[in-house]
Formats: sequence, C-alpha cells, structure tokens
Amino acid sequence: MTDERRELHHEQKASASALADPDGRSRRESLLQRLHGSHKRKSRRTSAAVGATQLAVLVLFIGLWEAAGRNHWIDPLLFSYPTKLFDQLYRTMADGSIWPHIGITVSETVLGFVLGTLTGTAIAALLWWFPFLSRVCDPYLVVLNSMPKVALGPIFIVGLGPGMTSIVAITLSVTVIITTINIYNRFREIDDGYIKVVRLFGASRGQLFRHVILPGSFPVIIATLKVNVGLAWIGVIVGEFLVARLGLGYLIIYGFQVFNFTLVLSSLVVIAAVAAVMYQLVAALERKLTEGWRER
Amino acid sequence: MTDTPALELRNLSHVYVNDKGATLAVEELSLSVARGEFVSLVGPSGCGKTTVLSLLAGLFPPTKGTVLLGGKPVGGPSPKVGYMLQQDYLFPWRSIRDNAAIGLEICGLKTAAAMERVDGLLAELGLTGMGFRYPHELSGGMRQRVALARTLATEPEVLLLDEPFSALDLHIKLQLESLVQQTLRKLGKTAVLVTHDLAEAAAMSDRVIVLGRNPGHLRKEVAIPEEIRRADPIEARKLPGFQDVFESLWKELDELDGGGDEDDG
Repeated sequence: MTDERRELHHEQKASASALADPDGRSRRESLLQRLHGSHKRKSRRTSAAVGATQLAVLVLFIGLWEAAGRNHWIDPLLFSYPTKLFDQLYRTMADGSIWPHIGITVSETVLGFVLGTLTGTAIAALLWWFPFLSRVCDPYLVVLNSMPKVALGPIFIVGLGPGMTSIVAITLSVTVIITTINIYNRFREIDDGYIKVVRLFGASRGQLFRHVILPGSFPVIIATLKVNVGLAWIGVIVGEFLVARLGLGYLIIYGFQVFNFTLVLSSLVVIAAVAAVMYQLVAALERKLTEGWRER
Repeated sequence: MTDTPALELRNLSHVYVNDKGATLAVEELSLSVARGEFVSLVGPSGCGKTTVLSLLAGLFPPTKGTVLLGGKPVGGPSPKVGYMLQQDYLFPWRSIRDNAAIGLEICGLKTAAAMERVDGLLAELGLTGMGFRYPHELSGGMRQRVALARTLATEPEVLLLDEPFSALDLHIKLQLESLVQQTLRKLGKTAVLVTHDLAEAAAMSDRVIVLGRNPGHLRKEVAIPEEIRRADPIEARKLPGFQDVFESLWKELDELDGGGDEDDG
C-alpha cells in the first residue's frame, strides 16, 4: 500500500515537470503510459483479491460442512457432507446413470425458457398491435400474474398426460405471463421521437414494429430470457416432483422418499452447476447480440 | 420557379381533443411558401408552431382547411416531405449508414445506388469514414448531421425543421445552421423552420412569420433584406441591417407577451 502511494506521489511530481516542459512530448507519452499501466495493475490486483476471497469462502464452507458432518455437529443423515455427495456424484457419473436425468431436465428447462420467452413476446406483440385487446386483457394479466401458477400443475398433468409435455406446460405457465407484462411495457415505453421518425417516412404499423419497437426492446427481451432461466427451473422441478420417472427433480423426490438426503443434496449441486452454466451462456449471448450499439 | 407554391395552407384550423376537453390550437391560418424559399415560424409557446409543422408533414389531418403540397392535398406522411426533429433520434442499434438509410428502407428504395448516394451525402456533411460507426460514438453535432442526412436521403422536395439546432452548443449550432443553409440552397429545397431563436430565424430565412397564440394565428410577416438572405448565417449576424430585423421581430414578440390576450378577441 505504502509502495503504491509512494509510486503515485512520485508520478505526480514527474507529471508536473513533464507537463511544464514544452519539449517533453515523448516524456509525456511515457508518463501517460505509466499512469495507465499502474491503473491496470491496480484493478487487476483488486480483481485477484475478490477472486481469492470468493474461493476462500467456498473452501471454508465446504470444509466446515465436511467437519460438521463427520463430527456429528449436524445430523449427517439429514445434511450429509461434501465427500459423500461427491462420492455419490462420481459413482452415478461413472456408471452413467445420472446423465439421462441431467439430459431430460436440461432439455425441459431450455425448452421452457426459450418457448416461454418467445410466447410471451408474441402475446406482447399482439397486445401492442390491438390496443383494445390490451385494455381488455389488463386486469386478467394482473390476476394471473399474482397467482401461483405452479398450482395449475395437476390440471396440466391430467390434461396433457404425465410426461415432458405437461412439465414444459407448467414451465410455460410460470414464465409466459411475466414475460408478456415486461415486454409489453417495454414496447409502450419506446420514445415517441423514434416512432415519429419512421412515421414521417410513411411507415406502416408492421414496419414500425419491425424497425423500431422490436429492436428497441431487444435488451429487455434478452434480460427477460435471463430471468426466465431461473423461473423455468422452478417449473421443471415442480413438474418433475409431480409426475416424472426421470430428471433431477425426480431424483430429489425419490431421495426424499427413500430418505437418502445425499441423493437430494447431490442433485441440488448438479442443478446449481447446470443453472449457473446456462445463465452464463445466456449472458454471453446477450453480450454478443447487443455488441456495439449499447446506449452509453 | 413555377406558379404553384411548394406548400400552401388554406384557412387551416386544428383542434386537439383529449379526455380533458378540446382545445383550439390553430385558427384560420393561411400561408404559402414558394419553391426554394426558406421560411421561419417564430412565436411564443402555445402558438401552434409544431402543430403547423405536423399538419404540413401530414402526421394528422387538420380539423378544418386544407394543406397543399405542390398543389395537391396532403393525405399523410410522404417521402416528399422531410422532417428534422429537435433531437436526432438515431437508432442505437443501427450503424450511421443504416440510420441515414432508414427512410429509403421504409419506402422500399434501399438499393446499392441509393446507398452510394447516402455515402456521398454523409461525406458532404463532413461524416466521411463514419458510416460503420454507431451513434453512441458520435458527438451531438455529428449526430444531428446524420439526422440531416437521413432527412435528405429520400430526396424530399420540402424540408420541415422543428427546432433542430436548439439542443446544441452555440458554436456547433452556428456551424450547423450554415451547413444546413448551404446544403438546402445547393439542392434547391424549400424549407420551413420552427424556432425559438429570433437571430437564427433572421439569419437563415428569406421570410419570417410571427405567430400569435391562444389560438395560433398569423400575426406578422417580416421579409428579410436581400443582403442578409444571401449571406451565410454566421456572416449575416454581423451585417448592419441584421440588428434592425432582429429588433422588429423582438418588438413583435414582446408586444405579444404583454398584450397577447387582447389580440385574440
């Protein structure tokens, strides 16, 4: 720390003399480079410290959990402990029995959040196109949004049969309404000036939607996609609780029924890992798609 | 110049209706703008300047009266009329080039030749090499120049300028005024400028029209002397006759502020 301060003090003095010197052009250049370099070093150091702390917290948590489980500070039957979890995961990965579970749950989730976002956007477009419809629908959307939609689960299962279709339907019921509301609100928030620009060229309503409303809402649509990743997991896991014979939600409910909490917790770990990867992928997609045109 | 005026308003009245009630914005306004003429509309807020411009653009039909463009009634927005807004409203997701070409795209005229013309237009407006940049990389003055290119790209006969310089710094504003005037003169375009800035109106126009308020009506026309008309807007401000024009406009507006209500009776 003191080193840094001395360095900075030194540089400030150097900068004063370099700026005063009219012929000191190259010296000024090197000074600017040096200042930039020290700034970069400093921010790298901060990032490294944050990363190290994060890792330490994780290691500490796992270590404490392990110690607590082995020494019976907590009930190992209920809370298990990390080595048992990883042993379980390792075994099921090695014999391949976990992959179908992960596969089905991931496909249901991806299908859920992608379809949920697309359907929600389509409904929002419909509401935007027909203002009368949107006024009629408004109170119903509010009521539907405040309802716990997973409660509709049993109806989907009876109606669509126990299986992937009804699980995806439950996921849609969780994601579609909030997506519709968010995206429709964004559609209406687009600055009138942008609308005027294309109207003045004689744009049709379809052109207005395609050139202004939809691209202008793009960041919100992607952000909603991110939110829907989380919501879709809720729908899928609840759906699997109710009907499935396969999937991570099924493993959890099965582990609960046979009192194998190691299975329950290891499935949760897998869910956390896969959900994090999924979120990062969507975030990367967002960066790629909105590259270049971000407003300050 | 032909005999048909480029733009004509005949006994124009417009009423805005909303939940709170109906308000008369413009009453019995008649006005004609010759081909190639540059006319400014000035007046206090609430004199219906922007309403007149919107009616000229065909954004909505007038309650009463007619708007003629080249002798034909205006039925709606058309690429024949270009409109420049106070803010640039460039789409952040489109490159500069694509922003300038949005009008062409909407009218279904976006061809390779048209895009070449857009590039030429951008170059003429001092935006060489900016075509593939994005709006957030440009300064306010540059962005407004892109907006001008966007307006000119569809080759309109008439330009409507809705306070396009008011959001800019003085220095940039003067530069743009002269750029716009030069460009319009070179292309022989007819223009109607709405502004709050009396000096701007006097320096740029051939004719300044003072509107009164509550409801908007025509109050006075001031013809700008030939030498000021011909001069560049920056130079025009320094000419000896300029101060007189400015004073007469100023007096007119001052009276409006003081006794505006009696005028309307």
